[in-house]
Amino acid sequence: MKQLVELFINEEKKQVHVRPTDTLLHTLRNNLGLTGSKPGCENGDCGACTALVDGRPMKTCLVLTVEAAHYKITTIEGLKDSSIQQAFEKKFAFQCGYCTSGFIMNCYALTMQYPNADKYQIKNWLQSNICRCTGYEEIEQAIQSIVISDKAK
Amino acid sequence: MKLELKKVYNYHKKEMIKVLLIQQMGCLNLIGKSIPRREGKNKVTGTAKYTADYSTPGQLYAVLVTSPHAHAKIKSIDITKATKCAGVQAVVTGKDYPVLTGSAVEDRPVLAIEKVRYFGEPVAIVVANSEYEAEKACSYVQVEYELLPVLHSVEESFTGKNALIHESFHLYTKPKKLKPIPERNVANHVTVRKGDFHKGKHISDVLVKTNVSLPQSDHAAMETRSVKAEILPTGEVHIESSSQAPFDIQQMVSKHFNIDTNKVIVHTPFVGGAFGGKAAIQLEFIAYIASKSTGGKPIKLTHSRENDMISSPVHIGMDSDVKLGATNDGKLTMLEMTFKFDSGAYVDESSDITTTAALNCTGPYKVDHVWCDAYCVYTNHPYATSFRGYGHGELAFAIERALDKLAEKLQMDPMELRIKNAIKPGDTTPSQAKLTKGNIGNTKACLERIKKLIDWDEGDVVPVSNNVIRAKGISGLWKTSMSPTDASSGAIITLNKDGSMNLNVGVVEIGQGTKTTLIQILATSMQVDESKIHMKMDVNTESSPEHWKTVASTAVYMAGNAVVEAAEDVKRQLKNNASYKLRCKPEDLEVGESRVYLKSDPQKHVNVQSVVRGYKYNNGNTAGNMVIGRGGFVMNQLTNMDLKTGKAFPGPAWTVGAQAVEVEFNTRTFFYTITKAVSVLDAGVIFNPKGARGQVTGAMSMGLSWASREGFYFNQNGNIINNQFRTYKTLRFDEQPEYIVDFVNTEQLDGPYGARGVGEHGIIGMPAALANSLSKAANTSLNHLPLIPEFIWSKKKEETP
Repeated sequence: MKQLVELFINEEKKQVHVRPTDTLLHTLRNNLGLTGSKPGCENGDCGACTALVDGRPMKTCLVLTVEAAHYKITTIEGLKDSSIQQAFEKKFAFQCGYCTSGFIMNCYALTMQYPNADKYQIKNWLQSNICRCTGYEEIEQAIQSIVISDKAK
Repeated sequence: MKLELKKVYNYHKKEMIKVLLIQQMGCLNLIGKSIPRREGKNKVTGTAKYTADYSTPGQLYAVLVTSPHAHAKIKSIDITKATKCAGVQAVVTGKDYPVLTGSAVEDRPVLAIEKVRYFGEPVAIVVANSEYEAEKACSYVQVEYELLPVLHSVEESFTGKNALIHESFHLYTKPKKLKPIPERNVANHVTVRKGDFHKGKHISDVLVKTNVSLPQSDHAAMETRSVKAEILPTGEVHIESSSQAPFDIQQMVSKHFNIDTNKVIVHTPFVGGAFGGKAAIQLEFIAYIASKSTGGKPIKLTHSRENDMISSPVHIGMDSDVKLGATNDGKLTMLEMTFKFDSGAYVDESSDITTTAALNCTGPYKVDHVWCDAYCVYTNHPYATSFRGYGHGELAFAIERALDKLAEKLQMDPMELRIKNAIKPGDTTPSQAKLTKGNIGNTKACLERIKKLIDWDEGDVVPVSNNVIRAKGISGLWKTSMSPTDASSGAIITLNKDGSMNLNVGVVEIGQGTKTTLIQILATSMQVDESKIHMKMDVNTESSPEHWKTVASTAVYMAGNAVVEAAEDVKRQLKNNASYKLRCKPEDLEVGESRVYLKSDPQKHVNVQSVVRGYKYNNGNTAGNMVIGRGGFVMNQLTNMDLKTGKAFPGPAWTVGAQAVEVEFNTRTFFYTITKAVSVLDAGVIFNPKGARGQVTGAMSMGLSWASREGFYFNQNGNIINNQFRTYKTLRFDEQPEYIVDFVNTEQLDGPYGARGVGEHGIIGMPAALANSLSKAANTSLNHLPLIPEFIWSKKKEETP
């Protein structure tokens, strides 16, 4: 019943045995030990499991692992001291930290795609994630600081 | 040689200046510095681990079978088919472990026995090799139910006519301080009698009556509840849980399953949000019996979002009648209040929340004559537990709506009415606790500050355009913690050979940032850089000193005091060891910047690292002792409540504040935007301003979310129909108002360096302030949550003939 799938995750090839119904989130966490992606609802509502699939933010609870085979996947573990991570730390843009990976991946994708994203784009993109601890204020400051500093370049 | 000497001289000169600077300016003072969260890097890289992130080799998975009915008799449970499913290791039902649990009234079986009392109640548990096998087998557990009448509301329950939810209430173990009325489904009736009620009525010129209510809702922490349990051959029970109360889990598992307390070991890593919902103990018991049923194998049980919302405890609901009296010039004279709290199917914390609301029912206002009856009522809803604010947000909604109504009747400015009656040192609370400068902050100053910040003088109702009205609403707030009168905390400090320190406390890091604040407190106490302190981030009952529970905004107060005491203990021991080297009395010495030095001549010193394991003389002899610091804290001066009058000293201090909300309301569509939310809290001394602001804005956001859209919807059978984020809406990124947060700083005299807790207070006045602003904007009384546009529309429609 299980099948062998080759995934390309965080610049590495990984082979995993999965069921056809396994979600990418399940595989990341249970087969690959990449527990930075969090299950918050497993229904596509909260964004805590967000990772990048070919550079686009995807809710990995809504992706089947078998579908993900030919794409380039980046999880929070694949980011190395990126400016958005630094900004999150500096601006106090997290509290419990559970939604943080998802938010950072979404922000990262946004700033990669639109380095000069405006307020409207930021709001539109970040609607897909829920943070229950902060009032989103610090998250907004974190991404704003990245957008502005990129503009300055 | 000469050069060496010069170097040494320069070094000493520099060090001496440093020490003098410390003495003169206290320059290693970390109070008021927004140092980044200690665990920050781990959280932004996804490496911080939460309970469900850990796996044990050979672990099994448990999945719950839950009740599809709100109230029904269990006629039979047939597990034969489920047991035969692939991968299944055990199927457990309530009768296998007939134990009743509960933090106050022991009314709740681990898994339902004989009847179910709410939709989603755990009925059986299936343990299998994988989660999907367990899930599949759940559908083969056959339960036959016989439906019973469903009690949908506190009103229905209170009549006691249709049904009793707990027929055997009289048999339950319960605290003596409860006054139940079992024939009315009431688990606790709290009475507060202060002053002379008839006199209060007599001297009142004006009396207003109002009824407010709010439905049950959810904590909705982003991490769903998760637990692991394993029983070792030695009999040791290991539990790992996403919890605010690991020490309570240890106590309760030990008590209910008759295991020596030292054989129950509870570990709590990072917790992904809690808000009171993870102070309750439920899944831990279930995981324990699941493990027990498989001969002690490691079991993992993680809630789905859907189960987390309805099977585990929720936020309490409330219905309240308020009668508030005043003289013509706006002096409050009397308050008559009835609370009916919707505790749901079981009591858990609800009886104490009921008590807290009653004992603090006036809010931060002076009222001499108070008559309050608060009832903790069973219904066929999910059971409630503590929620951020612990009854204070609910009572604030009731009293603050009444105050606005009173202001209207008196034709008085609602702000002036509040300022005029603001409670102060010398006054007493409804529970007749005497307020002093040391235990209450400055309510009036908070109100006056908020008046400016929300630009109150602009007018509370301002037309913006044809259909849009800008309106402002305010609320006062106060809160005390309702802890056991002997709640305790502790701190242990060990020292490494280089003089750096390890701090170990029992406070759970649930997102509130207390551990970083405690590092700041220790660094300030020891006069060292915060980088010299390692903080144990997780909590383990086998090694961490007990901390009552990480609740009630008391962690900084309790553990902070323990840390200060432990630091003093370390300093005392360091001075003792150093006195051998410096040939003086220990009391002639001072500790700072990793050095022990002579007060009279700071240049004469010894580095801490050479006195952490006693002091070793040149010939090898060692004097003194190894340094281990310990500090403890136990609540004091708290008294139990008098059952007739409610007389009590319930908490160590009252934190006060004021809040305001500004909305732009569309009179045609009834939609509105929350444009501004303001808080002024008297938070005492603030250690970490950025962290404190985040706690306050986060709580405000949660309060606005709760007030504007959150609440469970039940169908006619008592089933919750919105148990996922798709249908249970919370505030999102672009719905946030501008936040303004300011602090008044009245030191809490017995707080560590004057600090007070701020974890919950931001939520308390938000529902009231939002309702007050929208009531003005829509020109109607909005006394029911959530304040969705449809509700405002229906209210207006009711009023138009």
